[in-house]
Amino acid sequence: MLGMKRVTLAVSAAALALVLSGATSQAQTALKIGTEGAYPPFNNLTADGQLVGFDIDIANALCEEMKVTCEFVTQDWDGIIPALQAGKFDAIIASMSITPERAEKVDFTGKYYNTPPAIAAPKDSTLTGVSKEDLAGKIVGVQGSTTHFNYSTATYTDSEIKSYPTAQEYQLDLANGRLDAVNDDISVLEEWLSTPEGECCKLIGPVQSVDSIHGPGAGIAVRKGETELRDKLDAAIKAIRANGKYKEINDKYFSFDVYGG
Amino acid sequence: MSVAENLASQVERPPELRRQWTRGRILGHALVGLWILLGIGLVTYLFGAWNPALFERYLPLYWSGLQVTLALVGASMVIGALLSVPIAYARMSSNRLLNSLAYAYVYFFRGTPLLAQTFLVYYGLGSFRAELDAVGLWTFFRDAWYCGVFAFSLNTAAYQAEILRGAIESVPRGQWEGAESLGLHRLQTMWKVILPQAMIVALRPYGNEFILMVKASAIVAIITVYDLMGETRRAYAQTFDFQTYIWAGLIYLSIVEALRHFVDWVERRITVHLKR
Amino acid sequence: MDSVWTLLSFGPKGWSDDIAYGVLVTISLALATLPIGLVIGFFVAVAKQSSEPSLRMAGNVYTTIFRGLPELLTLFVVFYGGQIAVGQIIRFFSPGTVVEINSFVAGMIALGVVFSSYCSEVFLSAFRAIPAGQYEGGYAIGLSKGQTMRLVVLPQLIRIALPGLANLWLNLLKDTALVSAIGLPDTLRQAGIAARVTKEAFLFFGVACLVFLVLAMISSVGIHAIERKVGSSGVTR
Repeated sequence: MLGMKRVTLAVSAAALALVLSGATSQAQTALKIGTEGAYPPFNNLTADGQLVGFDIDIANALCEEMKVTCEFVTQDWDGIIPALQAGKFDAIIASMSITPERAEKVDFTGKYYNTPPAIAAPKDSTLTGVSKEDLAGKIVGVQGSTTHFNYSTATYTDSEIKSYPTAQEYQLDLANGRLDAVNDDISVLEEWLSTPEGECCKLIGPVQSVDSIHGPGAGIAVRKGETELRDKLDAAIKAIRANGKYKEINDKYFSFDVYGG
Repeated sequence: MSVAENLASQVERPPELRRQWTRGRILGHALVGLWILLGIGLVTYLFGAWNPALFERYLPLYWSGLQVTLALVGASMVIGALLSVPIAYARMSSNRLLNSLAYAYVYFFRGTPLLAQTFLVYYGLGSFRAELDAVGLWTFFRDAWYCGVFAFSLNTAAYQAEILRGAIESVPRGQWEGAESLGLHRLQTMWKVILPQAMIVALRPYGNEFILMVKASAIVAIITVYDLMGETRRAYAQTFDFQTYIWAGLIYLSIVEALRHFVDWVERRITVHLKR
Repeated sequence: MDSVWTLLSFGPKGWSDDIAYGVLVTISLALATLPIGLVIGFFVAVAKQSSEPSLRMAGNVYTTIFRGLPELLTLFVVFYGGQIAVGQIIRFFSPGTVVEINSFVAGMIALGVVFSSYCSEVFLSAFRAIPAGQYEGGYAIGLSKGQTMRLVVLPQLIRIALPGLANLWLNLLKDTALVSAIGLPDTLRQAGIAARVTKEAFLFFGVACLVFLVLAMISSVGIHAIERKVGSSGVTR
């Protein structure tokens, strides 16, 4: 009988989970925001499970401006757009570059920052440049489903491109020596290189960003057709740019202006 | 027209049994209908989503992914088969130490997820780069494909050892004794008498293990190998088009079904002598 | 560098609390999947041994599909595709409501259908091991079809199917590791995060393997207990 009881318990727990997840239609004043939580310094989870980073602070500032409360949902990068479409959250604030392919699936606000991509390599690397010829025959690591992945596959056609689920895994493999170089946002690479784990490696240099691949910068994604939310977010970005809040957050993380020209 | 034929056509046959629409029959038809509907839905979806540019771009990639998958599984199965022989021998040996070592090996690899084993090999051994470099093994473990083959071979060796052991032990003792009385020595007995009989028993489990490996191989996509699953994930990430997954599913399903029918066919062929 | 013992402690610098949470997720996912898989598997087996060809066909299509697809792919299809499909259906009927298939539910569904398709095979061969006389005996003493199934066939069926089901349970436990790929914080994912952050990959993936080994051992003890119980009731009948 005990077994039976346990089974009933499990079934009711499962049913409850279904009902709970089914019943949550969000309150009007809360904005659910999806982010990755594995992309320092923009968004990252601390050891005790707190979300921190530039994206998070910007999101909170925007919510404050829009008089709503931010509710954060962490989601793996390669499933972040499907999760938005499925309604797991209402906006993605996760350093997502505005690209034409993504714009077919979601609507973007204007950019809220734009930093160039760059290449990093082990300290003893003989790499001197970041061109296709420099990297010919090398193994280049990137995070999958990113503009950096698309850029690397399109540009470094003579290199082997390996894609990883998060930035941390390619960092591990670059430190291990499985990779000859990695390609990512310069701020992300610099942040990592400044930590003890990043001691293995050095920055080779920035990569000239390509508009058709990298787009105008990172924007906030909302579901297609939700123009009202998008316009509100756009207005909020303008407002925090104007009232100094943006600069305050910017200076907390960076020594330069990440908004770009 | 002959008389006999005339007669035959005049014979009254008993009325055919009316097949009743029992509950089971209604349910069965409803379920089959549902599958057909789902199938039609799938075909219309794929038809509606038909995109020649997509095919032109990704078909070669899927093909290379398929080759990677098959090479990986093939290599792992062969290496695993070689490794499984000493393990199965140790499992059947009366030496306590050998026996328990082999048991521990089999227990570990069958008791933990292949995904965890693969991570252990890829990322875990990756952190011993200096040590591996010193013994000259780093070039091997540097490559994700080799890491995949390494983990898969060790894993399937454990399963194959159990298959082999089970099959050999399924051959009755009398076969050993008979061979001995004919003056064959142990190796000859094993090779000429026991193994041929054991292989008939082992064929189906081996086939199943092969199928399980094909399916399990999808996880190497997580350690940066561009197998069929890896190519699929890449295609999905670049296009956000869900049909990429559907196509991968159809390909995997066809491989598995083809393998299953092949095993059935081989089994029918080699058991002809057992049929009466 | 922190020592191994600090990393494995339950304190703020240690990862044991995170991994323990992951173990809890692993166990609850496996336990939540089991009844679904058993129930579906049983009905599929009933369909496959029915005299009605259409039912047999429906059952066979089910097992062919879910035994033929890689578990990882099934998981992705349910997680991403299911989310899109359910979302569209809901939006059609009542726009505004949000139903999310979270990774736990997706894992439960995907692992449940995979489990059930293997489980149906185990039940099917158990069905075949029960002689027709048992059914006839049941009908002869005036039991209905349902009663015969419940009171006469099922108790024997479970005893015959138990070793096969035990095997499937151990497989299920291992397959739960795949949900780490869709973001559920199970044992393997928590270990992976610890490995990434501390760069002690071998240590933490080793710990994850040990956790699964221990779970398998505990399961074996439990299975033996159940087997003894079921087996003894068979002898004393």
